[in-house]
Amino acid sequence: MQPETTPVSTGRTLPEGQAMLSVRGVKKVYHTDGGDIEAVRNLTFDLKAGELACLVGPSGSGKTTLLKCISGLLAPTEGEVLLDGARVTGPPKKMAVVFQEYGRSLFPWMRVRENVELPLKNAGMGKAERDKLVDEALEAVGLDHVPQSYPWQLSGGMQQRVAIARAVAYQPEVLLMDEPFAAVDAQTRADLEDLIRTVWKKLGVTVLFVTHDIDESVYLGQRVIILSSSPTVIQEDLEIDLPDERDQLNTRALPRFTELRHHVYEQIQRAKQGHRPAAATQAGSAS
Amino acid sequence: MSAPAVTTDGRGAAASRSRRRPAKKRPTKQLLGLAGILAFLLVWELVPRVGIVEARFLPPASEVIAMLFNDFGLTAFWLAVGETMLAWFLGLLMAVVLAVVLGFIIGSSSFLRKITNSTVEFLRPIPSVALIPLAVLLFGVKIESSLMLIVYASFWQVFIQVLYGVADVDNVAMQTAKSYGLGRFARVRYVVFPTALPYLMTGVRLAAAVALILAITAELVIGSPGLGREIALAQSGGAISGMYALVLATGLIGVLINLLMRFIERKTLSWHSSIRSEVIV
Repeated sequence: MQPETTPVSTGRTLPEGQAMLSVRGVKKVYHTDGGDIEAVRNLTFDLKAGELACLVGPSGSGKTTLLKCISGLLAPTEGEVLLDGARVTGPPKKMAVVFQEYGRSLFPWMRVRENVELPLKNAGMGKAERDKLVDEALEAVGLDHVPQSYPWQLSGGMQQRVAIARAVAYQPEVLLMDEPFAAVDAQTRADLEDLIRTVWKKLGVTVLFVTHDIDESVYLGQRVIILSSSPTVIQEDLEIDLPDERDQLNTRALPRFTELRHHVYEQIQRAKQGHRPAAATQAGSAS
Repeated sequence: MSAPAVTTDGRGAAASRSRRRPAKKRPTKQLLGLAGILAFLLVWELVPRVGIVEARFLPPASEVIAMLFNDFGLTAFWLAVGETMLAWFLGLLMAVVLAVVLGFIIGSSSFLRKITNSTVEFLRPIPSVALIPLAVLLFGVKIESSLMLIVYASFWQVFIQVLYGVADVDNVAMQTAKSYGLGRFARVRYVVFPTALPYLMTGVRLAAAVALILAITAELVIGSPGLGREIALAQSGGAISGMYALVLATGLIGVLINLLMRFIERKTLSWHSSIRSEVIV
């Protein structure tokens, strides 16, 4: 067996010093009792500061694995992640993660306010500043009326809002979201999508939003990074040239929205059928 | 038509039933409980009076209860209660502190868990009373003997629960804490401890009951001061009613301890799914 050449397909990269978040040749292999499982083969892309990018891929394409590598919860087997030029070796201070499982991510023994406040308290921030940030964050997600409730007293959509408020109050430079709306109903989901756009614009934070929902990725992102099926490489890095002001009715009715959605859908279907991007295929056949 | 609770709307019926039940059922349950106690006392009263059992072995309930109320007026009785409760409290406290510290340390390391597991499983089933000769040898007829037995018996109740509790920490909760920069100590304080708390409370409640049993046992067998020794003295002195009165007193203490523990559990775990009431779905 000849050693396999690494596919060279990459997402958009920026000149050194301009990227907020750099993913460089990240590969992740899980060593299990049943043998090695290559979840992510080779991923490279950059996010510039203040960008909102969506990461979409077929199920099982290693989206969550990648996000854990980026957030420093998991060490990549190869490659590296750079946050503002510094290599990520553990959970970085400038990063916040919103998980899909809000029910497990929020602490049931703490009230809404305490949940949002905890990361700030842990960082040693003073009481007055903490209160201000928590109030602002809860107001930003429209939950300033329930600070004394426990998370489990709230609906699913509201719980995820609390998790978003916690991330917002933490004042991250990069916000990672791992399929945050996969477990909420369609109407709540639309509201939360708009909330993310609003929060993102207001804070100027860099957002990487992982989803399996094609419509959602096109609606939300300035850019959609499409992943191939596992072992994962980048299938396509697509610019979303929709107007900046988006709303659920009109944006989704635009012909361009339909085109983009159609395109992403096609790419995902091809990925599911095992199609590899041109560069990866070339590299594969060259080996 | 005679049953108004049965309506065509199944949901309405279920809702009104669930709303009405707790209000109606609780007093009935308490009344039944009271009736059970009264029936028991009545049987107890009748058995010696009718002559099924000789009154010198089992005095009638009224006599024993009168003796108990008589005890309530005696300083010696309250001193004995004090001794027993002191041994109970100190023993339980030491057992809980020890079990919590060791439980958290061992529970959070799979290496320590594996290496201690077989030893724990060997030591745990040893009955505490089997250590009585050792306790007497080490400490003589003093409170320390009682404490040793109480601590040994209660420790395992709490320790095992803490181990389970620490193992129950949710992965997502842990990753959330890590991603927000909570260090090892902060994670134990804000995530591991609250997760393990319901288990710990169960362990403490079990241990509180076990500690009382061992406190009385130690006093009874070793003769260290307390209610247990008073029971032994009453028996050897032929004060049978007095002995039964003291036995009743230990039972009452057991009930009070259980009530206290339930109260504490309710207060500390108001957020937990086993306690919380109002959930908006």
